[in-house]
Amino acid sequence: MSKPIVATASLAGCFGCHMSVLDIDDRILQLIELVDFNKSPITDIKTFTQPCDIGIIEGGCCNSENIEVLKDFRKNCKILISLGECAIMGGLPAMRNGIPVRECLEEAYFGGVTVRDNTERIIPNDEELPIILDKVYPLHEIVKIDYFLPGCPPRADLIWEAVVALVTGNELKIPYELIKFD
Amino acid sequence: MSEKIKFTIDGKEIEAEKGQLLVEVAAENGIYIPVLCHWKGVHPAGSCRICTVKINGRFMASCTTPVDANMVVESNTPEIQDLRKAIIEMLFVEGNHFCPSCEKSGDCDLQGLGYRYQMMVPRFPYAFERRELEASTPKIFLEKNRCIFCKRCVRMIKDEEGRSYFAFKGRGKHLEINLDTKLAEHMSEENARLAMKICPVGAILRKEVGFETPIGKRKYDHVPIGSEIENLQN
Repeated sequence: MSKPIVATASLAGCFGCHMSVLDIDDRILQLIELVDFNKSPITDIKTFTQPCDIGIIEGGCCNSENIEVLKDFRKNCKILISLGECAIMGGLPAMRNGIPVRECLEEAYFGGVTVRDNTERIIPNDEELPIILDKVYPLHEIVKIDYFLPGCPPRADLIWEAVVALVTGNELKIPYELIKFD
Repeated sequence: MSEKIKFTIDGKEIEAEKGQLLVEVAAENGIYIPVLCHWKGVHPAGSCRICTVKINGRFMASCTTPVDANMVVESNTPEIQDLRKAIIEMLFVEGNHFCPSCEKSGDCDLQGLGYRYQMMVPRFPYAFERRELEASTPKIFLEKNRCIFCKRCVRMIKDEEGRSYFAFKGRGKHLEINLDTKLAEHMSEENARLAMKICPVGAILRKEVGFETPIGKRKYDHVPIGSEIENLQN
């Protein structure tokens, strides 16, 4: 039987959750025995080349590109996992939620302490750039998500236990210390 | 001498003095009923409802219910557990609780309950209301994004003349916690400490002391909230 295929992506996240995936240390050798990877920053495969079994996504949706990638994952993966606080509730990027987008952009490009030489008061608006959404959305408010692994980042042991349980079909028993929101 | 009565919690027979608060009797008997607004010795508010139990088939808040003879209390049942979990989830989506950036993280009762009840994701949509931070007084921050309206600070933190530093403003959706900034100019160190301690979330924080305890040594890093009560009997 062929191995289950995993794809991963980071949307409006900091890649900390991917770092936590790597934090499983030498179990990564067992991992590649258990699964194959397709589209993922880890493999550097940019587009899906085959249907996948498990999609793991960190980060929330802050712009139109995030939504496109997320929907692409939903279409190509049988199971989708929200990995980490940003995917689950927007996380730190969602601290802008409740503040109008214009106010955020003006702070970033006109009023912020790191702004210099923007005398023409330009807010980047090229059609190549993804459109920023009115707020940062948790993934499950855009598409159906099957499983959620909280944490900032989720502990490596939690990711490991969850993926192994999913792949082997064994029941997942999560020790108290592995569920954290920070 | 007050009257001794007998009743049951989840089938366990309990003896108590008639009129004692159910949540406190339970704790004395090693049964943990979660609380967010209740504080022993302070007149109960019954505002958070996380201590809801079923008494003789009806839902009641155990922090406002005096015990009586022959009461049949259900607490640790799947139905009640799910109801409490729903309340926790509601509190999480109603405010802006960004745990990774909160100084109270690890010592927060709301978060502790999220861990205890294994909240992986709230079942309700996030509200993301815009709320303000009151940072103008010397001793404390009031982070309105995180307030869960337990009213502990309103009821407990007072100056030497008995005046409250904190008060509610507005009604319903517009309800918010407020600080009397003029009075808080002279808030004592002791009151600032107490205010941060009793706040079940990270809404009241002392200034100049952020992130004192390292990860791994915080209150709920290794043991669930309520363990101290459940371990009483062991």
